Amino acid sequence: MEPGAGESSATDDYESLISTTDSELLKRAWRNEKAAPEILKFEAALVQRSRQQIQLMEETVEEFAKNGVDPLTVSLYQMDLDRTLFLLRSYLRTRLQKIEKCVLHIQKTAELWNRLSKQEQKFAVRCAGDLTQHLEQTVLSKLPDQYQSHLKQSGASEGDDMVPEPKLDIYIICRSKKFLGAFQLDDSGEEPVNIEADDLYALPYKSIKPLVESGQIDLV
Amino acid sequence: MAASSDSQASAFSAAELEFLAEDEMIEIVPNMRMDPLNFVSGDFGPFRPQIATQVPLWLAVALKRRGKCMIRPPEWMSVEKLAQVLEAERDSEKFQPLPFHYVEISRLLFDHAREDIPDVYMVRSLIEDIKDVRFHKIGTGLEIISKERTYALRLKNLSAMEANIVRPFVTRALETFYKLSGPEMIQESDHLSNRQPQATNRGPRRQLKDR
Repeated sequence: MEPGAGESSATDDYESLISTTDSELLKRAWRNEKAAPEILKFEAALVQRSRQQIQLMEETVEEFAKNGVDPLTVSLYQMDLDRTLFLLRSYLRTRLQKIEKCVLHIQKTAELWNRLSKQEQKFAVRCAGDLTQHLEQTVLSKLPDQYQSHLKQSGASEGDDMVPEPKLDIYIICRSKKFLGAFQLDDSGEEPVNIEADDLYALPYKSIKPLVESGQIDLV
Repeated sequence: MAASSDSQASAFSAAELEFLAEDEMIEIVPNMRMDPLNFVSGDFGPFRPQIATQVPLWLAVALKRRGKCMIRPPEWMSVEKLAQVLEAERDSEKFQPLPFHYVEISRLLFDHAREDIPDVYMVRSLIEDIKDVRFHKIGTGLEIISKERTYALRLKNLSAMEANIVRPFVTRALETFYKLSGPEMIQESDHLSNRQPQATNRGPRRQLKDR
């Protein structure tokens, strides 16, 4: 088990790396996933480690209960277990919601598809299949020939314009751990934004996407 | 479909914010003896009577509810400190530095550890006043940005709960600005300006609002 959870305010990169517990990382992944409009990269290693820790803890609690350890202690361990389980489940659930919303788009886009875990990919395939089948049976098969595709509006459409896409130009509230200096929002020629450490900013998600992926900015 | 179309608006519910706040550390004075606890989220203890120790807020509240400890309110929660902060909030346009989760922490302590807070009624009314003043400032601040086109906002020293409440309005407003000032719109108005001699004046451009 790693040391206490309150130490991640270290300024040094290395220090903050070794003192960030899995619990903190899971919390961060959960927060980012909840606030971001598109699906982020699946934290496979983190989820795997968390599941192992949870399983270990569940066995420990069972043993405690069997050996008649003080019920207060047992209930406290159970509370901690419940909290961690909630984080993990909510993280996975949020991702599933996002997949459901834009499943056709995710299937088409290789970059997004690669962000899903194996099980999520299976889920997405089934979800897309169900959705397509449902649309075809209820509506599309009854429309004239030109309009029967679930991807295109009509035979004359150039791209797949019936596929909903996540809106990347929404604004999100975020915070940076370090001073990032002048940051160019986008190419429209506006002046760069000065990003200080620990202040909240409302910025377009598109502009800070790479920073979120590299872990320099947290979504709040 | 699971998600509503509005799910971006308030990304976090109040309960989820409280969940996040419950991981903040706080000092307690246990009245019993207990061995160290090795949780997934960290190791805490050992607990000895009358020896103060730091634990996460959720653990402190759980122990308090079972009558196993006394909670020491954080040092920012004293009448003097809060009175200072209130004074400074009223005098200045900027937001005073406060703990990020001050709303949630104070709420949890009022609900579960009322007797451990000296002058609890005074403290409570001070915090309510601080909340009101800050909200009022948010309102006037938003009025300012509505007059000019803004690309980004700096929300210095805003707390978690306030940011969450303000999030739907701020994000949608900024998005609309962004959409209305996009290059496509500028091109369109170029077409129009062939017929109308006057180009539309969109007012001065301001990059960043510092509050």
